[in-house]
Amino acid sequence: MAKITYITHDNQKHEVEVQNGLTVMEGAVQNDIPGIDADCGGGMACATCHVYVKEDWFNKIPKKEDGEEDMLDMAFEPKTNSRLSCQIVVSDEIDGLEVNIPSKQT
Amino acid sequence: MIKTDALIIGAGPTGLFTAHQLKLIGLNCEVVDNLDKIGGQCIELYPDKPIYDIPAVPECTGEELTNNLINQLKPFDIKFHLSERVEEVKKENDNWLVKTNNGTFFSTPNVIIAGGVGSFEPRKFSPKECEKFENKYLFYSVKDKKIFTGKTVSIFGGGDSALDWAVELSKECSVNLIHRRDEFRGAQATIDKVHQLVKDGKINLFTQYQMASVKGDKNLESIDIKHDNNEIKNLKTDYVLGFFGLIMQLGPIANWGLNIDKKTIEVDTEKFETNQKGIYAVGDICNYPGKLKLILSGFHEGALAARACFKLARPNEKYRFEFTTSSKTIKERLGVKGD
Repeated sequence: MAKITYITHDNQKHEVEVQNGLTVMEGAVQNDIPGIDADCGGGMACATCHVYVKEDWFNKIPKKEDGEEDMLDMAFEPKTNSRLSCQIVVSDEIDGLEVNIPSKQT
Repeated sequence: MIKTDALIIGAGPTGLFTAHQLKLIGLNCEVVDNLDKIGGQCIELYPDKPIYDIPAVPECTGEELTNNLINQLKPFDIKFHLSERVEEVKKENDNWLVKTNNGTFFSTPNVIIAGGVGSFEPRKFSPKECEKFENKYLFYSVKDKKIFTGKTVSIFGGGDSALDWAVELSKECSVNLIHRRDEFRGAQATIDKVHQLVKDGKINLFTQYQMASVKGDKNLESIDIKHDNNEIKNLKTDYVLGFFGLIMQLGPIANWGLNIDKKTIEVDTEKFETNQKGIYAVGDICNYPGKLKLILSGFHEGALAARACFKLARPNEKYRFEFTTSSKTIKERLGVKGD
């Protein structure tokens, strides 16, 4: 289990416990966190589960694999700390992770 | 006005198999899809990705699955209306009157929504004021490249569409190419060509920049682009092109009086009918207790919705369940020899 904090665009904090092995996207969808659409269901094919990862965490979590950066080109207002939450797998190592959800996904 | 027994919205795998089921039981149907090709998400999002859970097909790609479904429809005459989006659905007596954005009208007792996660639309620039210039000075696709001749065109994006147009338009116009990072994701040959054209001074390349704002009153005058380090650059430009791929949007379906929750439409599990009589939803877009977003579920849902259509399309006939292995009528419809 890891505690993940999702911060929505209007600064609402949603703190949830997410099971190891799930993705940060799944953690959001299962807990009805607003702002994560995840249209393609985790296939890295739509860029609608886009989040910003706080600087100190960005370098700690597993790096992007092939294709994620390409997909982020399509995201709404991507920044250097952008990630697709479907590609971040939850583990004890990321306990305490904070992600910011953009104002919209499309 | 096109009269049909059933209108299918969406030409993805579920829509295609639903068409097959309708034709098999002797109903005619037409299919509308906003994409310019048949196949839905399978063809747009993952044509090359292997799928492993289609019954009796150990492995196939999205494109192969689409081609097989199209082949399965070969015996039938089905009209596809591609690059068209259904805008309005209105009740008229016992039928639904359906209008597309191209002005095609359908009259049908049955509308089957097989819309996946919605229709594919171009992703747009985030600054709100971009809308004002859309389709005049700012485009998400190129219809007539001649209008750009001799002008300055600013192209945003890092994929094949952006690169191909940068190369093509650099022959006749002054081109700015703007991308959010240094790497491009197009074909290597095109990327090389772009870099050569940049070297030759034919393309002005701005990487790690994104659109910040568009300026101009009636006419587009210039754009501000913003670097990752927050530096702003102003570029004089006549036209702007954005190529950020496609996004799925529920679109006008949301206004048809259906019960919609989290972008999915509630249906019953007998007919896959919505709260509106004669409007069905099948595949990823429908929702009911236990719903699985699998292609195989879409096939099942389409088969049942097709039977429900029969009742409204042929109110004076009784539907008779038959197997394809034994029914002479079905074999005739398929154009195969009976035994």
